[in-house]
Amino acid sequence: MSMSSDTKDRKTNATPGFDPARRSFLSAVAAAAGVALAPGVMLYGISKSSSVSAKALDAEASGSVRWGMLIDLGRCDSGCDDCVSACARENGLRGFGRPETDAQWIRKVEIKNPQTGNSKSLPVMCQHCEDPPCVDVCPTGASFKRADGIVLVNKHTCIGCRYCMMACPYKARSFVHEVLDDQKPHAPRGKGTVESCTLCVHRIDADRQPACVEACSDTGGGAMLFGDLNDPDSEISKRVAMYASQQLRADLGLNPGIRYRNL
Amino acid sequence: MSAARNRNDAVKKITYSEIKIKSTRFYTLAAILAVFILSALACAFYMEHYGHYVTGMSNQIVWGTPHVFAIFLIVAASGALNVASIGTVFGKPLYKPLGRLSGLLAVALLVGGLVILVLDLGRPDRLIVAMTHYNFKSIFAWNIFLYVGFMVIVAVYLWLQMERRMNRHAKAAGLVAFIWRLVLTTGTGSIFGFLIAREAYDSAIMAPLFVAMSFSFGLAIYILILLAACRGSEREVGDVVMRKLSRLLGVFIAAVLYFTAVQHLANLYAAEHGGVERFILMDGGIYTLLFWLGQVVVGGLIPMILVFRPATAGSNRNAILASVLVIIGGFAQVYVIVIAGQAYPLDLFPGMEVSSSFYDGAIASYAPSLPEIGLGLGGVALAGMIVLVGLKVLRFLPVSLANAAIDPHQKEVTGRP
Repeated sequence: MSMSSDTKDRKTNATPGFDPARRSFLSAVAAAAGVALAPGVMLYGISKSSSVSAKALDAEASGSVRWGMLIDLGRCDSGCDDCVSACARENGLRGFGRPETDAQWIRKVEIKNPQTGNSKSLPVMCQHCEDPPCVDVCPTGASFKRADGIVLVNKHTCIGCRYCMMACPYKARSFVHEVLDDQKPHAPRGKGTVESCTLCVHRIDADRQPACVEACSDTGGGAMLFGDLNDPDSEISKRVAMYASQQLRADLGLNPGIRYRNL
Repeated sequence: MSAARNRNDAVKKITYSEIKIKSTRFYTLAAILAVFILSALACAFYMEHYGHYVTGMSNQIVWGTPHVFAIFLIVAASGALNVASIGTVFGKPLYKPLGRLSGLLAVALLVGGLVILVLDLGRPDRLIVAMTHYNFKSIFAWNIFLYVGFMVIVAVYLWLQMERRMNRHAKAAGLVAFIWRLVLTTGTGSIFGFLIAREAYDSAIMAPLFVAMSFSFGLAIYILILLAACRGSEREVGDVVMRKLSRLLGVFIAAVLYFTAVQHLANLYAAEHGGVERFILMDGGIYTLLFWLGQVVVGGLIPMILVFRPATAGSNRNAILASVLVIIGGFAQVYVIVIAGQAYPLDLFPGMEVSSSFYDGAIASYAPSLPEIGLGLGGVALAGMIVLVGLKVLRFLPVSLANAAIDPHQKEVTGRP
């Protein structure tokens, strides 16, 4: 490509007068370049068609999808934290023995009704709101919501002001208080920026389930169901239509994508 | 032009000059401030190098002591400009000679506060990102414009005041600056007022409360700087000026107490906010102490008595004491707003007892760390350095504020002499 434009430039800049030997030389160079480049182009085409990713890396998220989760507290055991450890494994989260500053993307919360004594256990993570306050308050737009409803932090434009952490009603976000190394390529993290549950966006883009959901169904109680809330035929849509479910702090009107049953 | 000059002459001709202090004293003062500024840079570097875990801040208390200092200075900055506004916008001749210092102090305090905020960022190296990427739904992004705009407007306003040929435009610039500063403090208060999920904040009253706080803190700092600068350069300040400024401070202190009372009474009326109110007003330990003793008694009632009681009103000594108390009380107030407001846990499950490994349902603990305090003091020192150098090189301060030198009749400027 660059070779041919180079050739063209030379032609236009050439002094008037025809030189057949020069032309044939240039043609030969162009042909040789074509022969040299062709296999590369071929390989590129092959690699593209055989990609393992369900969604091309540069493809935009679909606005017709609304990813969500239904968590059934009837199946969520107080002693089980398989979802938490799966999240840590998947996203390379590890503690530094400082619980006040260590990042937590998902946590188990124990709740008890003081009037009745009834108690429950549930996982809480980023609720992936339809109207996320963290996105509203972020000065640089680093906090953003993808078209398919996943709320993320752009790690390149987060300045670490932590206003999103002040605004989030769910305490879902963590600030990276330490120097990190050995991060997972699919879960970029870095000191001085804010982070939270990504709903395992890298897995979703590869047509897989979030790590917590997978772990819950493999070794936990099978309490977590992931799917497209916009698709009336999806399992999650059928279940939320059939059974009563709740959103945390529904009074705030943020319409979170995470719903809870038997809360 | 000539009419305006006549008017000025009719009021009183004011002469300004650079302060003349002994160079040893100037350099000693500058060196002390420089030590604080350099320490703050070292603190910021330490925090950025190791990460914020070396501070007292955490995932529970995400904004700490640096923010207390920064918010205090930024709020005080807009208030410090009031003295100039009263002179030019509201036409009170007594305040005219005080206007230039007011503008200088406003810019200095704002710069000091903003530097703290920027150096506390997780990624201060990305300041350029903050300057080039804007989310206009964010009050934070708006504030970046409000702060930068404030500095530009006040700089122009100062120039119009100081350049004799441009004096006639000073009133218009003063009006713009006055409106801008009200919007700016509204924006700063709304940083908290717009936080829907935090019970201690989510309220429109945060904006007027912050405006009242700015009036009070800004004037207190102004009084201290004015007296220090005049004493340092052997200039007289008469009791006419001090009596006026002290009484004004008293009114501003009352305004802060009024808005604070309304804020808490409105919250107390709603049963759902009973928890956070009980925490701040009754069982919050250090926060309760800071609220009642720090803000209400030391920063409110005592200085009000000092400035309003005929026996003590008007003396320089009492004005200094009242101003120092207002600043101490102001720090206590901002500390309670920023830290106590976060220490009280978010209510994810109303009516439930909650616990988790992430401190859900628990009162968060926080102790200011040395790097945070060092950074905060550095911002104060930077503001001080700007004022010191400004006074030394430019004519901000009137030669005399003695009763005889200022307009003794204190008549309002009504147009023609």
